[in-house]
Amino acid sequence: MSAAPPPVSPAWAVELVGIDKRFGPVHANRDVTLRFAPSSIHGLVGENGAGKSTLMSILYGFYEADAGEILVRGKQVDIRTPQDAIRLGIGMVHQHFMLVETFTVLENLLLGHEGGPVLGPAMQRARAEVRELERQFGLEVPLDALVSDLPVGVQQRVEILKALYRGAEVLILDEPTAVLSPPEVEQLFRILERLRQQGRTVLLITHKLKEIMAITDRVSVLRRGQVVAEFITAETDRQALADAMVGRKTSLSVDKAPSHPGDVLLSAQNVNVIDGRGVTTLKDACLNVRAGEIVGVAGVAGNGQSELLEVLSGMCRFDSGTVTLKGQEIHPATKYDAADARRRGLAHVPEDRLKLAVIKEFPAHESAILGYHQDKSLSKGWRLNWKQVVAKTVSLMEQFDVRPPNPNLRTSLFSGGNQQKLVMAREMEREPDILLVGQPTRGVDIGAIAFIHRQLVSLRDRGKAILLVSAELDEILALSDRILVMCDGEIVGELSAAEANESRIGTMMAGIKDAPVAEGVPA
Amino acid sequence: MDTLLGFLSLLDSTFRLATPLLLAALAGFYSERAGVVDIGLEGKMLVAAFASAAAAAIYGSAWVGLGAGILASLALALLHGFACITHKGNQVVSGVALNIVALGLTAVLGNAWFQMGGRTPNLPADARFGELTLPLAETLRGVPLLGPIYYELVSGHNILVYLALAIVPLTWWIAYRTRFGLRLRAVGENPAAVDTAGISVTALRYQAVLIAGVLCGIAGSYLSTAQGAGFQTNMTAGKGFLALAALILGKWKPVPTLFACLAFAFADALQTRLQGVALPGIGEVPVQLIEALPYLLTVLLLAGFVGKAIPPKASGRPYVKDR
Ligand SMILES: Nc1ncnc2c1ncn2[C@@H]1O[C@H](COP(=O)(O)OP(=O)(O)OP(=O)(O)O)[C@@H](O)[C@H]1O
Ligand SMILES: [Mg+2]
Repeated sequence: MSAAPPPVSPAWAVELVGIDKRFGPVHANRDVTLRFAPSSIHGLVGENGAGKSTLMSILYGFYEADAGEILVRGKQVDIRTPQDAIRLGIGMVHQHFMLVETFTVLENLLLGHEGGPVLGPAMQRARAEVRELERQFGLEVPLDALVSDLPVGVQQRVEILKALYRGAEVLILDEPTAVLSPPEVEQLFRILERLRQQGRTVLLITHKLKEIMAITDRVSVLRRGQVVAEFITAETDRQALADAMVGRKTSLSVDKAPSHPGDVLLSAQNVNVIDGRGVTTLKDACLNVRAGEIVGVAGVAGNGQSELLEVLSGMCRFDSGTVTLKGQEIHPATKYDAADARRRGLAHVPEDRLKLAVIKEFPAHESAILGYHQDKSLSKGWRLNWKQVVAKTVSLMEQFDVRPPNPNLRTSLFSGGNQQKLVMAREMEREPDILLVGQPTRGVDIGAIAFIHRQLVSLRDRGKAILLVSAELDEILALSDRILVMCDGEIVGELSAAEANESRIGTMMAGIKDAPVAEGVPA
Repeated sequence: MDTLLGFLSLLDSTFRLATPLLLAALAGFYSERAGVVDIGLEGKMLVAAFASAAAAAIYGSAWVGLGAGILASLALALLHGFACITHKGNQVVSGVALNIVALGLTAVLGNAWFQMGGRTPNLPADARFGELTLPLAETLRGVPLLGPIYYELVSGHNILVYLALAIVPLTWWIAYRTRFGLRLRAVGENPAAVDTAGISVTALRYQAVLIAGVLCGIAGSYLSTAQGAGFQTNMTAGKGFLALAALILGKWKPVPTLFACLAFAFADALQTRLQGVALPGIGEVPVQLIEALPYLLTVLLLAGFVGKAIPPKASGRPYVKDR
C-alpha cells in the first residue's frame, strides 16, 4: 500500500470518518475512513458485498450510519435524508436508475427541485438552466422525450444531469458502466473528465479495473466492509488492485487449453424473428456449436443477441428457419418451450438475472430450484421435499462459493455476483450438454468473474457445448474458441480465437463486414 | 320537440347519476396515482352518506351534513393510510376490510340511533342540497334549441353536481401543471425516485389518501342529502366499485375518467327508462336484465374494448427502502 499523498488543495471535498453500518447480522461497513479531494475522480473497488453501495448510500442519506462522521468541505454535517445530501451538494447516480419512466426528461429533472408550486414558469427557467449545464458538461439529452423511450446510455446522462441540476459538487456513480456499450462508456468518461476540470469530485464504483486505471486519480479498496488499501492510480496496476480486493494473489487471466470440438450439438439455420411491430430482430441467423467448444457472440447490446438466446432456449417463438438440438430438428411449429429445452439437455443462464433467472422475493432455496422444481429428486409424490431442496441448495452454494451460504436468505439480499453464482450453479449442476449463457458476469466482481470463467472452461473441457453472449469484449476474447459478431439482428462475421482482437471485433460490431461467414453456414 | 325534451331529460339524469361516480373515481385517481390502491371507495362513500344524513337530520343543515360526511370518510381514509402507508399492509385487504366495516357500522349505528331499521329520518327540503336555477334560465327558456338545453340540462342541478364537474379540470390542472401533481404521479410510478429526490414518500401518499377521503366524503353526502333524502342500508350499492371501473376505463386520467363515468351513468339512466317499456321487435325486457345493464357494460368495456389499461407502476406496493 502506498502512503496517501498530501491533498491537492487545502480542504477535502468530503471526508467519511469511522463509518459503521450493520444490516442485522451483516456488518456492511466497519469503521470506514475515506477522504476525497476536490477536482478529482476517486475510484472505489471491492468484491461483491464489500459494502461499496452501502457506504455511498450513507453519504447520500439513503441509509443512516450506525456510527461515524461525515465532513463536507471541512465542516461536520448531519446527513439523514437524501434532501440533506442534495442541499450539501452531493448527488448520486444509483446502480438501478431512479427515473420515472413515464415522465419526460425535463419532468424528471424538475422532480424535487420544481422551484414553485406551479410548474409553468419554473419549467421555462429549468429549460434554460439545463441547456446551460448541457453545454458546460457536454451532456446532450432530449428534454421532451419520455424516459422509457431512451436507451440506457442516455438515461444515465439524464441521471447525471439531474444531479448537476440539483447543484451536485460531489457526484457518486455506482457501477455506471455495467449497462453501457463501449462507445457509451467513452462518452461517459469524457463527461467525468469535464466534471473534474470544473472542480467537482467524482466517486466512481466499478468492477472493471481497466476503467479504474483509465480515469481515476486515486483508488480505495474495500474488503468485507473495511478499507484495506488506498492507491494513487498512476503508481499501481490492475494486478495489485485485484490482489488487494481479494486479499491474496489472484490470477486475472483464464488458463485455457486449446479446444477439441466434437459433434455439432446445437445449430440454427436461417432463423428469423419478427417482433410485434413487424421489425425483424433476428435475421437469417446461422450458427453451429460443437461439443467441447465455447462460441462467443459479441455485439453492442440490442443487436439481436437477446432474441437469439430466447429462441434457442425456447422462451420466444421464431418465424422461420430451423433449430437443431442434438440432431433433432425444431421448426417454428414444433412445440418447444423452456421446459422442453431443459428436458433435452439444454440449460440457460439468462441475460437479466433479476427478471428471468431468479425471483427476488423468494428465499435462495426456492430460487435455486426454479425450472427444476419438477425434478423427481426434489419431490415426495406431488409435494416438494423441502428438506431435499434446502440440502441441494446448500450443496450448490458450497460448490459455487455463494456467500453468505445461507439457503434461507431472501434472494434480493445477496449481492449481484452471488445471485449470479447461484444461477450458474443451478444451471450447470445437472451437466447439461448445451449451455446458453447471457452476460454471465454483469455486475460481478473480479474474484467471482474468474471463478465463473473457470467453471465455464471446465464445463467445456468436459465436452459440453457452450454459447456465450456477452457485451464485454474482454470476456468474449478470454473465453471463446470461436467468435460470432452480431449487428442489427444479423451475424455479420465469424473469427477464430486466434484471429480475434478487440479492434477487429469492434469494427465488425459497427456493422462493417470483415471475414465472410465461414463456419456458420451448414454444408 | 318532445324527443328533444325526452333526450335532454335523459342527459339530465345522466349528470345527476354520474356525480357520485365521478367524485369517487376522482378520489380513486388521487389515491392510485400516488400508488395506493383504493378498493375502499365504496366503504368511504357509505360512511359519508350515513354520517351526512344523520348530521343533516339532527342539525337540519345540508352543509353540516356534508362536513360530517367528509369527516367520517376522512377517518376511514386515515385508517387506510395508517394500515397501508405507515404499516405497509396489503392495500387490497385493507380496502376490503374498510368496506365490510362500513357496511356493518352504518347499519348498526343507524338502527341504534334512529330505530328505523337502519334508515335515517327523511330529510326536509332545507336539510338537503336543493336545485339551483342558473341566472337567466327562465328568460332564455324560449330560445329555440339552446333555451331548453340551458334550462333543462345546464341549469337546475344542485351545487355538488357543478362542484364535481369543476373538480375534473381542476384535477387535471393539479396533476399535470403543479409541483404537487408532478410528485403525486411520480410516487405512483417510482417511489424510490421520489425518495432519492429528497421528498417524503409517506407524506405524499398520506396527502393523496386524504384527498381521496374528502372526495369520497362529498360523493357519499351527495347520495343521501342531494340525490336522496336520507340514508338507507347499503345505499351505495356498488357505486364505489363502478367508480373504480370508470377510473380503469379512463386509464387513470381525469378527463377520460369523466367520460367513463358519464357512460355508466347514461346506461343507468337509460335503464330506469327502459323498465316496463316494450322494445320494438323484442317486447318487454325483464327488469332484472335491464337493471344489469350498467354492470354488463362495465364487464364488456373492461374485457378489452378500450385496449390495455396500464396502472401506475407502483400501485399496490408499499414502499420499502430496499433492493
Ligand atoms: N437493505 C439491506 N438489508 C440487509 N442486508 C443488506 C442490505 N443492503 C445491503 N446488505 C448487505 O450488506 C452487504 C454490503 O452490500 P453492498 O450492496 O454495499 O455491497 P457492494 O459492495 O455494493 O456489492 P456489489 O458489488 O455487488 O454491488 C452485503 O452483504 C449485502 O448483502
Ligand atoms: Mg453495489
